[in-house]
Amino acid sequence: MAATAVFGRRARRPRQRLAWGSPSVYFVALLLIATMLAPVIYIILGGFRTNAQITTDPAGLPNPWQVENYLDVLTGGTFWRQVVNSTIVALFTTAGVVTLGLMTSFIIARYKFWGRGAMYSLFAAGLMFPLTVAITPLYILIKNLGLMNTLPGVILPQIGFGIPMTIIILVPFVRAIPDEIQEAASIDGCGRLGFFWRMVLPLAMPGVITVGILTFIQSWNGYLLPLFILNREETFTLPLGVQAFASQYSVDTAKVLAFTSLSMIPALVFFSLFQRRIVGGLTGAVKG
Amino acid sequence: MAETQHESVRLAPDPAPGLTKVGGDTPVVSPPAPRRRRKGIGWPARLEIALMTGPTLIVFLSFVILPVAMAAYYGFFSWQGYGPAEDFVGFRNYLLILEDSTFLAALRHNGTIVVLSLLLQGPAAVLLALLLNRQIRGQTLIRVLIFVPYVISEVVVGTGWSLMLHGDGVVNAVLGKVGLGWLQSEWLSDPKIAIWTLMGILTWKYIGFAVILFLAGLQGIPEELTEAAAIDGASYWQIQRRITLPLLGPTIRIWAFLSMIGALQLFDLVYIIWGQYIADTAGTSTMATYMVANGRTAGEYGYGNAVAVVLFFISLVAALFYQRFVLRRDTEGAITGGRR
Repeated sequence: MAATAVFGRRARRPRQRLAWGSPSVYFVALLLIATMLAPVIYIILGGFRTNAQITTDPAGLPNPWQVENYLDVLTGGTFWRQVVNSTIVALFTTAGVVTLGLMTSFIIARYKFWGRGAMYSLFAAGLMFPLTVAITPLYILIKNLGLMNTLPGVILPQIGFGIPMTIIILVPFVRAIPDEIQEAASIDGCGRLGFFWRMVLPLAMPGVITVGILTFIQSWNGYLLPLFILNREETFTLPLGVQAFASQYSVDTAKVLAFTSLSMIPALVFFSLFQRRIVGGLTGAVKG
Repeated sequence: MAETQHESVRLAPDPAPGLTKVGGDTPVVSPPAPRRRRKGIGWPARLEIALMTGPTLIVFLSFVILPVAMAAYYGFFSWQGYGPAEDFVGFRNYLLILEDSTFLAALRHNGTIVVLSLLLQGPAAVLLALLLNRQIRGQTLIRVLIFVPYVISEVVVGTGWSLMLHGDGVVNAVLGKVGLGWLQSEWLSDPKIAIWTLMGILTWKYIGFAVILFLAGLQGIPEELTEAAAIDGASYWQIQRRITLPLLGPTIRIWAFLSMIGALQLFDLVYIIWGQYIADTAGTSTMATYMVANGRTAGEYGYGNAVAVVLFFISLVAALFYQRFVLRRDTEGAITGGRR
């Protein structure tokens, strides 16, 4: 959420040749990384073992390596159905948040009208309403709308809760576009909406991408809302699926570990593809 | 493209209504007036405004504002979730909540988690950020790797850790192997230990975020300052204590705010690891797990809504106090003062 807390405070340092520096720093850094990654690696390796191996020696390495658990999960339909559900939810949520957020940010940033300040304050106040507080009535609302056990029942509230942060992030982006560009565009016969499509959209792209990635990951990992809205197994998203799988196969630890590590992969791949954007967005420094 | 990126990053935005630019002192809630002067506003423009903000407003009002209002309304009823709510009970739900020792225990756990998060994660993250801020090779890689737990979903983290911390799990096995057998414990079910286990997992998952945030803050501190101090003969630690830390203050205060709000609303990890029933006996239940267990699971939707309202007010009061007394010098009344 604090993605942008530190935007705008970057001071690029002159690139110097890096000295290797003190070994103790590397030691601590290594220790830190080991602590952060060990559980993840344990989960992945555990999937390559059998239950017998895990029971007799919980801390051992796979010996011999078993691919069966992973194959079972990958060939069963459950996992893929949940991947598809999660993808649909995350994509539509992201598209909705970005589209609605950018249009509204454009209006708030570039149009002068009565109630504009109030509108901005309303969205900003939305940050004070976390999903946890709204979840019980939201469930009732979704039920009354007949959207229980449907993916839109998850997507629509997620869009609603994603909008405040998006607007807070995007309004300054759109406002930062120089007026001269708009004037030049209008001299060339480009109306306000043309300006939106041709200039605002491309120029606000870095902000849009940051918002999009954060929304996507948040939606992909979302648990509370799907837990309330999706009760039927065929509509489960991955987080619900992992939990259901873990309780269904609670004696089959190896298989649970395999399922869990497979469900990590999409988020990790997505993260490594865009890590520059995410970490860079967070640090305000998009390093080349 | 590189130029635009740079430009937009430099001009980029404020984190939240109350949380202004770190170190800046401009209020942020009301958007500054546009530089362009318009002569009145015509019908086409009005249509554009309506078309482009209408859908957003509809989605936002119906899925964010309306549910919160509904929570306030249904909180006054005894209601099982179907049919119209007719059994008006006034403040009885609220009295029941505040008298329920289970809720008070959950509230206490939330308080403990807030305090421990700040005390454990804050100093550790600052130290790590200072360390990683030194010019070392592979800094980018390190930054990415410590961020991995933050990206993995709560469910995966919860499932993985509960398997590892189980009585016969890998953590106890490793402790036995390295000769620390006396440390082996029932990490999840022993009420004396469980909350510390939870803190350990929370720290593991969220410290990367704090470190990244602090690293960013550190990189915004002009090098001239530390260089000047070094020329004047200040030692490394003197520089960190007298220059770096004070300048990192705004970042730390904003992180503490986010951490506090997150700890008050904590749900996912507790619910996944401890389930809905064991959390009480293990001493890790939170207000949010109490809300789900006594609202939806128990079928008492009126009561659940009242818990949501209590949770909201506690968060709001905490947030406003924090804004008022801690963030004041950073924000100059951005949230409390409203418009300029």
